[in-house]
Amino acid sequence: MVTTTYMEAGRRALAEEMRRDPTVWALGEDLGRGGVFGQYAGMAEEFGPLRISDAPISEAAILGSAVGAALAGTRPVVEMRFADFALCAVDELVNQAAKARYMFGGQGGVPLVVREPMGMWRSSAAQHSQSLEAWYVHIPGLTVVAPATPGDNLRLLKAAIRSDDPVVYLEHKDLWGLEEELGDDEPPGDLGSARIVCEGSDATVVSWSAMVRNAHAAAETLAEEGVSVEVIDLRTLWPWDREAVLASVRRTGRLVVAHEAVSVGGFGAEVAAVVSEALFGSLKAPVKRLGAPRVPIPYAKPLEDMLRVGPDAIAAAIRAQL
Amino acid sequence: MNRPNLDLERLADRHRRMHRIRAFEEQAVAALEEGLVLGAIHPSIGQEACAVGAVGSLAREDLLLSTHRGHGHTLEKGASATAMMRELFGREGGNCGGKGGSMHIADFSVGMLGANGVVGANINIAAGAAHAVRLRGERRIVCCIFGDGAINRGPFLEGLNWARVFDLPVLFVCEDNAFAATTRTEAMTGGPGPAARAEALGIPSHAADGNDVGRMAEVTAELRERILGGGGPQFLWAKTWRLTGHTAVDKAAYRDAGEVAERWKDDPIARAAETLRMHGVGEETLSGHREAAVEEMRAAYEEAKAAPWPETAALYADVQDVGDPREAAFRW
Ligand SMILES: Cc1ncc(C[n+]2csc(CCOP(=O)(O)OP(=O)(O)O)c2C)c(N)n1
Ligand SMILES: [Mg+2]
Repeated sequence: MVTTTYMEAGRRALAEEMRRDPTVWALGEDLGRGGVFGQYAGMAEEFGPLRISDAPISEAAILGSAVGAALAGTRPVVEMRFADFALCAVDELVNQAAKARYMFGGQGGVPLVVREPMGMWRSSAAQHSQSLEAWYVHIPGLTVVAPATPGDNLRLLKAAIRSDDPVVYLEHKDLWGLEEELGDDEPPGDLGSARIVCEGSDATVVSWSAMVRNAHAAAETLAEEGVSVEVIDLRTLWPWDREAVLASVRRTGRLVVAHEAVSVGGFGAEVAAVVSEALFGSLKAPVKRLGAPRVPIPYAKPLEDMLRVGPDAIAAAIRAQL
Repeated sequence: MNRPNLDLERLADRHRRMHRIRAFEEQAVAALEEGLVLGAIHPSIGQEACAVGAVGSLAREDLLLSTHRGHGHTLEKGASATAMMRELFGREGGNCGGKGGSMHIADFSVGMLGANGVVGANINIAAGAAHAVRLRGERRIVCCIFGDGAINRGPFLEGLNWARVFDLPVLFVCEDNAFAATTRTEAMTGGPGPAARAEALGIPSHAADGNDVGRMAEVTAELRERILGGGGPQFLWAKTWRLTGHTAVDKAAYRDAGEVAERWKDDPIARAAETLRMHGVGEETLSGHREAAVEEMRAAYEEAKAAPWPETAALYADVQDVGDPREAAFRW
């Protein structure tokens, strides 16, 4: 077992996949010097500049060329640096990568991974902090992954790289330093299965990415009050583990969905709708969504903090349902 | 007959203004280390001659679009150093009320339409601003400053072409500091570079030593006149060098110390000082510029530090006219 950070787990997943499969390569700005956050540190030295490739500041070309390289037999891993900059390559992702397999009648796929570090982190303000996962879930053809732990970052990035379809891979910047003991041999994870973070019988909290920590903290607080909360980390948002969520809510009768993204039109709405459709008769309280108000992310820390869904807000939402 | 004297006075004034930018940024870096600046800042240390030469040669009514590395441009356009420092600290009274930060500073009251967190995004916006200037029949220009890295983004092609085909009053300034974050831009740029690309789109290009503040000012003033005279869009390629890291926390270990030391010898402020000295300007004047700038920015720092946080109501203000941005506004 080795203590591994969330960031190192990503690096290890990519390195192990690159050693295993010579068609895997990575491209993005500044990768030759380890990437903006250090996620690629030492990799250019091991794999050389062809497989850990620098790129001009040309997001459309980075993603567009990855689509071509994927159609032509390689498995590119694209680094977008901040999820916000992936918006400079939306045509390439949404109109090209996501649709090629279907439009071309299944003649070929686009096995690429788009790594998009997301979320609020160090007062990065409106253009460097967004959580846009719901946009991607809306696009047929895209797989969407948002790991919350180092172990999942390791296993799910491997799975994403092995996937034959385009995967939007959302790492949360605030998790880079999170540590976990990981084994020497960690097989790829399953795209589409949730993790039960803690079991409980009174209420279910569904979340993903960095918000899982807050959900877990809320469950611990409520445990002291004698309330038993089940926390589910979805891990992948498309496909998402409806069975795990429905099975849990069937038992608890209560659901809170918590995420960092804007609440309006967020993925929490999808989870809430599915649960309401499937379990309307057995719900003991209305489903509650928690997310950010519909404002761009402000710079000033006290304002930014107002957007955050903290453990207290989650605990309060559950108490209100009891 | 007085020309040499006038030039000397101008150079002295530009030397003073370069010191203001340097002192602002040094103060901001120190404040960052203290935890007062909240987000990332991108210092323009070594590039002050571009700001003072180019932006300092615009008129008050001209419009400016800048980048993530825009403190100097913004100060030169006339924004208050105190308001800028407050913005960097995320405080009330910042240029954007503390909601933007260093990368999103704007001061519309002085024609500064925004720094930008997205590389190259300002180029199309500048073309559009120039479009509006033409539509409204105004006599002013738009100046768009971007880095050498931005020329590899699509908007460079699209925005320059736009400005050309609509013959817009815009001055594009490529402030080439040789780096795009940790990357030597040259290694990721095909062909002979920015000027040739602009020429290929039919926009006349001019190269200038971006560390020569007088030359930068001359060229900018001349291009501005050309644009106002109906000459269409113009392109200025200013070669300079980023003396410090990409952000204030980047140690820039990817460059060797010898190279950096060599470049410091071409520090535009030292260069201006040297010329002034040669023409008999005294040491007390030169160091006076520095001291006054340091004092001014220290005062800006003190004021920003004492400033309150924005009112919480600011969170929901200025999102849009319709709809309620508060998630819990609708209760049933
Ligand atoms: C579209 C986009 N891609 C990537 C980034 C990340 N980024 C911020 S500054 C920078 C380097 C920009 O280089 P250049 O245009 O030369 O400006 P300089 O930083 O040298 O002033 C990069 C890659 C970004 N902000 N926007
Ligand atoms: Mg540059």
